Amino acid sequence: MRYLLRKAGLFAVTLWAAITLNFLLPRLMPGSPLDAALGKLASAGVPITNAERSAIEVALGVPHGNWFVQYGDYLRNIVTFRFGTSYSFPTQTVARTIGQALPWTVVLVGATTVVAFVIGTLLGVYAGWRRGTAADSALTIGATFFGAFPPFWLGLLLLYWFAFRYGWFPIKGGYDAGTSPAWSLSFLGDAARHSVLPAVTLAVTTLSGWVFGMRNNMISTLGADYVTFAEANGLRPRTVALLYAARNALLPNVTAFGLSLGAVVGGSVLVEGVFSYPGLGNLLFIAVTNHDFPLMQALFLIITVSMLVAIFVVDLLYVRLDPRVRR
Amino acid sequence: MTSLRFAWRALTMLWSNGKARAGLIVLSVFVVLAVFAPLIVPHSPTATTFPQNQGPSGVNWFGTTGNGQDVLSQVIYGTRISLLVCLASGAMATVVAVTLGLIAGYRPGLVDELLSFVNNLALVIPALPLMIILAAYLQGHSVWTIVLVVGFTSWATGARVIRSQTSTLRTREFVTSAVLSGERLPRVVFREILPNMISLVTASFMAAATAAVLAEASLEFLGLGNPTTVSWGTILYYAQQQNALLTGQWVLVLAPGLAIVLLMTSFTLINFGVDALSNPSLRERS
Repeated sequence: MRYLLRKAGLFAVTLWAAITLNFLLPRLMPGSPLDAALGKLASAGVPITNAERSAIEVALGVPHGNWFVQYGDYLRNIVTFRFGTSYSFPTQTVARTIGQALPWTVVLVGATTVVAFVIGTLLGVYAGWRRGTAADSALTIGATFFGAFPPFWLGLLLLYWFAFRYGWFPIKGGYDAGTSPAWSLSFLGDAARHSVLPAVTLAVTTLSGWVFGMRNNMISTLGADYVTFAEANGLRPRTVALLYAARNALLPNVTAFGLSLGAVVGGSVLVEGVFSYPGLGNLLFIAVTNHDFPLMQALFLIITVSMLVAIFVVDLLYVRLDPRVRR
Repeated sequence: MTSLRFAWRALTMLWSNGKARAGLIVLSVFVVLAVFAPLIVPHSPTATTFPQNQGPSGVNWFGTTGNGQDVLSQVIYGTRISLLVCLASGAMATVVAVTLGLIAGYRPGLVDELLSFVNNLALVIPALPLMIILAAYLQGHSVWTIVLVVGFTSWATGARVIRSQTSTLRTREFVTSAVLSGERLPRVVFREILPNMISLVTASFMAAATAAVLAEASLEFLGLGNPTTVSWGTILYYAQQQNALLTGQWVLVLAPGLAIVLLMTSFTLINFGVDALSNPSLRERS
């Protein structure tokens, strides 16, 4: 119980610090993000209401305003999801734009993260168990090489060969241009076809981290006394590796898995950008290329907060997985 | 003199590790390319004298860009910026990590609690989005903006490792005896504790430098760098801007990316060697 209270307190303080950081960033930067944002909106001929204008001011900072008042307004706007209007999507609020993109990212990157974790962990178990063999070296060096792939670069190459050159997969987007999202079989199939290349890109580039983590955990667990004892008892090597070593070696990787689930929301900016996938990463890509500060700030807030929530959930789960932390 | 001999011994020990040797060889090739770029390149990297969007040929081995520049020369020249950025921001991240880690580890209590909180915060905020936001707000459009942004966002992991190592070393006899014999604080920390963590510091520098190669390329690909310099990131940026893939220019995309992969792999391989030196349980049975 004390563990839970401590974690909940830490979560609250960290959340406050992250939200405050998001408040301070645009205010501490040289130049005026506010003027830039308002200027862009004006030159695009986007009419904005006074309420929207004040929401942007609260988010990005009035040059000579009172910070305490602004901070209060900022917190109130966050609770009510008022992030103003953005230059890139002038016809709807930032909150709505983000709400539309969120499910795309959660499904694509979430599913890919789980798949990469499962495959990578299994490969890591194998490499750690067969430590020092040719298979281990091949896996380690292969993972080093593929892990160094810039994800957006792999995306560009796959896009060229499999979409442009051979035409097996669509060039861009999350669904065909003529259609609109619906819960029909044909639309879901179309969306799945569009997600293959980005999913492969993300899986290949994130796999290596799991291989290394699991391999090193396996190696240190295989040296433990209870593993030697199990071997001495004459248990089959496979049983020892999977039921004795791998189960315990998995524990540190659970934390890392939680972190990467938290990073799902913002972790694929350039890949989504390259594929023009209609998710949050692509929104950030668009926001940056357009210098769209209101959209950028709201996105950064969402990305950070979902990360913190994920870590908190992992901490809670850990109590059930590892009895040692309950003390 | 002793430090030189120490460095030489460390290098020969690294060389005896197969993976680290491969990494050192690849890294030296890149260093040679960077230092002697003007002598090596077949053409000027910025001259727009060739036909545009050409595929590989005898004159332009990697083809030409949409502005009629030689891609091979650009990739060779790009090594300079990429090496500079990754070494500079790796060094910066390491300085921050060592400073914060030493202070937090040596001063338990309030100072440690505060610094560890900041450290944990920096650890959990997603790095790439933070870098992108910072670079976009700063609008520096220079290589040094990128060094600054990458350096100031990549220290968290290293700081945490160095902090926990410092706090275990703090209570060892040799440190206690140095304190009791009246050594002043900086001497205790820098002469007694720090030398015992050289491999940790090296490992966190290599890790930060590896991450910096990718971060630099990503930021420049987004157009947040200086578009007038020639680097692997800007080559990819222009390739994307000029739709190089749709004109069939795949070498233009492949070459700088492969250079990034090789440089990052070489750092990681060297780091395997450093790990094996400092952690005998990971050493290979050979």
